[in-house]
Amino acid sequence: MRRSTPFLLAVCTAVAVGVVGCTSDVPGASPSAGPSGAGTGETSKFFVQADHDNELALRTKSATGPADKPWEQALDPKTVDTAKYKKAGPYHLCFSNAGVGNPWRQVGFKNMQAEVKLHPEIKTFTVADAESKDDKQISDITDLLGKGCDALIVSPNTTATLTPAVEQACAKVPVIVFDRGVNTKCPVTFINPIGGYAFGATGAEFLVEKVKPKGKILALRILPGVDVLEARWGAAKVVFDKSDLDVVGVEFTDGDAAKTKTIVSNYLQRFGDIDGIWMDAGATAVAAAEAFEDAGKPFPAIVGEDQQDFLKMWQDKKLTAIAPTYPTYQWRTPVIAALKILGGEAVASPWKLPQPTITQDNLSQYVQADMPPLHYAMCGCATLPGYPKDWGGK
Amino acid sequence: MSTQLATPTGSAPAVPSGLGGGGRSGWGAGSIRPVLIILVLLLIAVGIRQPDFYDPPVLLAFLKRAAPLIILAAGQYFVIVAGDFDLSVGSLVTAEVVIAARLIDGDPAATWPVIVLLLGFGLLIGLVNGLVTTLLQVPSFITTLGMYLVLVGAVYTWTGGSPRGALSEEFRQFGRRGIDGVPVLGQLPYAVLVLAGVAVLAVLAMRSDFGKVLLAVGDNPRAARVTGARTARVRTIAFLASGLAAAVAAILLGGFGGVSFQVGQGLEFTAITAVVLGGVVLGGGRGSVAGAMLGALTLQTLLTLLNLLGVSGALSSAVQGLIILAAVAVGTLRRRT
Repeated sequence: MRRSTPFLLAVCTAVAVGVVGCTSDVPGASPSAGPSGAGTGETSKFFVQADHDNELALRTKSATGPADKPWEQALDPKTVDTAKYKKAGPYHLCFSNAGVGNPWRQVGFKNMQAEVKLHPEIKTFTVADAESKDDKQISDITDLLGKGCDALIVSPNTTATLTPAVEQACAKVPVIVFDRGVNTKCPVTFINPIGGYAFGATGAEFLVEKVKPKGKILALRILPGVDVLEARWGAAKVVFDKSDLDVVGVEFTDGDAAKTKTIVSNYLQRFGDIDGIWMDAGATAVAAAEAFEDAGKPFPAIVGEDQQDFLKMWQDKKLTAIAPTYPTYQWRTPVIAALKILGGEAVASPWKLPQPTITQDNLSQYVQADMPPLHYAMCGCATLPGYPKDWGGK
Repeated sequence: MSTQLATPTGSAPAVPSGLGGGGRSGWGAGSIRPVLIILVLLLIAVGIRQPDFYDPPVLLAFLKRAAPLIILAAGQYFVIVAGDFDLSVGSLVTAEVVIAARLIDGDPAATWPVIVLLLGFGLLIGLVNGLVTTLLQVPSFITTLGMYLVLVGAVYTWTGGSPRGALSEEFRQFGRRGIDGVPVLGQLPYAVLVLAGVAVLAVLAMRSDFGKVLLAVGDNPRAARVTGARTARVRTIAFLASGLAAAVAAILLGGFGGVSFQVGQGLEFTAITAVVLGGVVLGGGRGSVAGAMLGALTLQTLLTLLNLLGVSGALSSAVQGLIILAAVAVGTLRRRT
């Protein structure tokens, strides 16, 4: 035993050194290390000025469609003719899902399943779950094309990698893409809310308004390199760079609550006080706010999202907060769009859905005590069959 | 603390004495003196950078955050000192937190039954690891790597990649809150009390006959067997201790951060690193449980210092890696002389 010890030691040291980098205590590769005076780092290569300006303008436009059904509304709609896809029912709808790997996607997928139940003309609904893997989604799409689908809905896992698979599908059936996009115009329509720039800017503008000049801001991001998340930070950076706020850090949290809480605790230890927290997604907003509570510090002005745990905390602890949303009701729209396309009706393309913001003024109408903590308020699901039980509510 | 830190004396590893057993006098392998010096230097550096660090409430908050890792290191020590590894503790921590959230589902009344169940689940995983390793003679590296994969896969299948349910405030208090209004100290965190209890139990266990046999098994399994020690039994008990420690750490971590799918990621290696830093020899037979726990405290102090210095991201990993490499290399050289 003793003779093998040095070898074991060497192996374990190598492993330990390699792995310490992935423990939850180590902040990820930090973009805050850049020389920029504002502390916001360099502009992402994902940043597109025209898209940014367009999205910010869309925030104030009014949508067409039924006011009580935002998932059927469209902003600035330009319609496409779909007569060539007209077909008699009953229909076989297929859906290639990127995955249900987070609560946002779980709530959304339930919305979609319930929407399907509303339409008896859908005889079969076939779903393939790619488990957040590009390669599985590519083969899923090929499999689904062999199953006689009348229309295919795709929620791509990543933009570039899934593009060829979607193009291949376009040649055989009408394709509807939603949530994340693909780099091709071949789908009949692409459905999503306004987008990341609008989300990021709304949160950052709130902090500029609420935090005192020279106030310290900590920006928390999930991961680098995902287009919608890059857009959210890209827009926030534009706002912060123009402001007199001091962005003291930009950190990646992996969307993990424990890691988020550790990062925020560390910043509180380092800087004494933090006046504002900007987030590119609100799933860990509660953990971030708890770090202030546990350190005995006053809550900062904070950006969250429409998850129930955050909305409830906001109400209970009287936070200074805002919740830009990326509504899960968008999962209902592709089913509606597919039926319109198969019925030969014109549809909006791209189909831009409204993207509401929860503020202090309308907070009370979104807090739902009988829904689970990870439920998203903006689900547009209250009138769907199976609500609230199928969504985990009481 | 001071009585635990006294340097033990003992000549042969097979008949250790003092300090939970296994410590060797002076600077030899298994001694806790080097880690103590590193810890003191780090604590001085932290104190210079952040003068209020030694205010009791700040110090206790620091201990609260260090507690789960120290407890995990104590559990890992039992396994390592017997010559084995437990690579399943990180995934076990994740599994425990995910199970707790799903079963409690926000209901305060379910808190205590679920805590009992979590401790039982930790023991069960430890038992399986121990029996497979000792009865089927599978190297523990493989056994626990297999268990790691089983747990990761099972948790993913069960949750679809995203935890459901919610932890009750009553469950979370162990990781977040404490006894308020204690004179001088302010709030005495429950996590620190749990840590103190685990530390006392661990040291007592290593001072008992069980501890002596465990060290003997790690030092020379054949000799231990020849002298009539039930080696399979003590090694299995070591895995049980590791599983139980992971369950306790999971309760504290879940309490601290809330429901999370990644809470245990990489913790097995952090715990092993802490144990090695504490002067415990991989391969078994030498090192004390107090050293292992001090190693974890040192690692946590190092992370705090790096944060205070504003070292973040990749550079932080590199600095940690260098320091750990140096610590282990020095330990190896010491043993050769």
